[in-house]
Amino acid sequence: MKRSIMRIHLLIPCLVDQFRPRAGLGALNILRSLGMHVDYTPEQVCCGQPFYKSGRMKEARALARKTLFNYLDGRPVVSPSGSCVNMIRRHYEELFLNEPHLLNLSRDLSARTYEFSEFLVRVLGVTDLGASFRGKVTFHDSCQVRRGLGVFNEPRALLARVAGLELREMERPDECCGFGGVFSARYPRIAGAIARDKIERALNTGASTITGCEISCLLHIERQAKRMVSPVRTLHLTEILG
Amino acid sequence: MKPSCELFDTLSRKALEDPHLQEALRGIDKRLRAMRDEAFQELPDAEGLRNQARRIRDHVLDNLDTYLERLEENVTRLGGTVHWAEDAASARKVVEDLAVSRGVNSVVKGKSMVSEEIGLNEGLEALGIDVVETDLGEFIIQLAGETPSHIVGPAIHKTRRQIAELFHRELGAPLMDEPEDMTRFARETLRKRFLGADMGITGANFLVASAGAVVLFENEGNIRLSTTLPPVHVAVTGIEKVVPTWEDLSVLMQLLPRSATGQKLSTYVSLLMGPKRKMEPDGADEFHLVLLDNGRSRILGDGEFRESLRCIRCGACLNTCPVYLKVGGHAYGWVYSGPIGSVLTPQLIQDPHSASALPYATTLCGACAEVCPVKIDIPRILTALRRRYAEDPAWGPASWTERGIFYLAGTILGDRRLYETTGRIARMFRPVLESRLTGSPFPPPAKTPFRHSRAATAQTEKGGESE
Repeated sequence: MKRSIMRIHLLIPCLVDQFRPRAGLGALNILRSLGMHVDYTPEQVCCGQPFYKSGRMKEARALARKTLFNYLDGRPVVSPSGSCVNMIRRHYEELFLNEPHLLNLSRDLSARTYEFSEFLVRVLGVTDLGASFRGKVTFHDSCQVRRGLGVFNEPRALLARVAGLELREMERPDECCGFGGVFSARYPRIAGAIARDKIERALNTGASTITGCEISCLLHIERQAKRMVSPVRTLHLTEILG
Repeated sequence: MKPSCELFDTLSRKALEDPHLQEALRGIDKRLRAMRDEAFQELPDAEGLRNQARRIRDHVLDNLDTYLERLEENVTRLGGTVHWAEDAASARKVVEDLAVSRGVNSVVKGKSMVSEEIGLNEGLEALGIDVVETDLGEFIIQLAGETPSHIVGPAIHKTRRQIAELFHRELGAPLMDEPEDMTRFARETLRKRFLGADMGITGANFLVASAGAVVLFENEGNIRLSTTLPPVHVAVTGIEKVVPTWEDLSVLMQLLPRSATGQKLSTYVSLLMGPKRKMEPDGADEFHLVLLDNGRSRILGDGEFRESLRCIRCGACLNTCPVYLKVGGHAYGWVYSGPIGSVLTPQLIQDPHSASALPYATTLCGACAEVCPVKIDIPRILTALRRRYAEDPAWGPASWTERGIFYLAGTILGDRRLYETTGRIARMFRPVLESRLTGSPFPPPAKTPFRHSRAATAQTEKGGESE
């Protein structure tokens, strides 16, 4: 890395913004503490993922186009939301196959958009943030993060350096939590049943904190845990590290 | 089989509330999925083999006409007869005509999903022909008057106890506890049927074009008996099952049993080439191969969906699908269930609109694609199907409510001010939302969104300054 101050964008997606702002604040604090100059634009709201996944290409394109234009300056874009990064990286191109200019822009953005833990570990080469946390934690591999981005060692490497934190792996940490975006809206009962299995496996580790790199899963899991009157709580990785 | 895919929501709710089904489903990931994973770990280059298999299947699909002609040529040369069936009704008619003209009274059947797809049993039974399923799982569900709930394990939704009671009730068997005893009982019942059958009907796992061979994998020996004991053997399968050569088969052969049951090879592999020849003591006197299209050539012609036809029906995607493992196969409302069912059903059934729920019956988690032996990108196809349903009038337009919701959401999320105002309004109702949002995956919004936090606003202002 260059010695000069690195200037990056922090992309805070709508779910983090509205439901778990602390995850965004954690990311912001960590990136600043590493000496980054962090830009945040409130113009950015939604990457278009829910529309793309529902086959609503018109809305997906409109939102993706907005995102492209919010980050034209060529700087890295970092987000504490794996699924949004996956959307930008793996699906934006597909939206603009017939629009050469936007296609180029989306390729450019894809190449410099990073999930938070990925950016820290792979790009900056940082694992020790000097953070501390008391207790046992188990990690949920979100599908879009692990299968989509291939990110699963990075968050674990970061957690391993947190003083006082004991990482307990659950059985099948990579199994879906049942959220699935529109899926949980259409079939809340099935989504809930899948999450309850996940919570059970998490509790079996002796940990009552579930962490991960994707807020939608964590919100869904916590919601189901409340319904089960289970002691499980969820924290985004950035909430633990920040 | 009459589809009831539009009932996914209702059927899945029922499934979630059925304690027996839940008990039966719990075993699947522990057994089948774990065994599959283990079997793949033993392969020196599983990934390479899967890529090879995918290439073989794609090559076949790109040259399907050529290989089908070659297959027909070779089957005919060996003394068999090939029948082409455009749809379910014509496939049924072929088999019914064969049965009637040969004076068939009794049919023994090997497990075949295609025969379920075309409703073969009902057709034959309507002619007064006695049809008995000889695969243990199929035998069980035939007794219960049900349909298969899994591509490979048709009775996987039943617990041991339920099967014991079924045998007791329907066949007068004593109440048994051990699977071995139940299997022995079924075998004794079936043995008499094999000996008296006039026709054996099976599916086919693969068809080797260069040899005119029908390839069947099984563990119970019932297919071996169904294909060799009765005087007439009819194999009914889809046109996509063809592979070019034995060499290609040797690749797929390493993957199918491993993916399906975690076995290196199934107990029996039958390579059948035409009817019995003069010097041969065993085998059917007549061999017929019914090749079913029933929508497959339409899929073949659709670039976006063609790879759906790579499927070799191993069922691995079912065994790893979080949704299937919760709701079981019957919730999907037709023959093919699980992820691949959600891919195939909308494309195969008469009225695609009635299956519009299926591409949404998935979290798009990608577990299926991870295990698919021929690397079908199931999540991609499911997303593409959602797009068809949303945009293509031929697939049946989405409801106005749905369109309205997406339009509204798109407008709000596409305009920062509108989004912030909506957030403000939602926050005003936080206490109400807390008690009302019980079915939602999300909690009520936080008191202060990130964008209005001090850190974020300070950062935005600073972002405007020069470095």
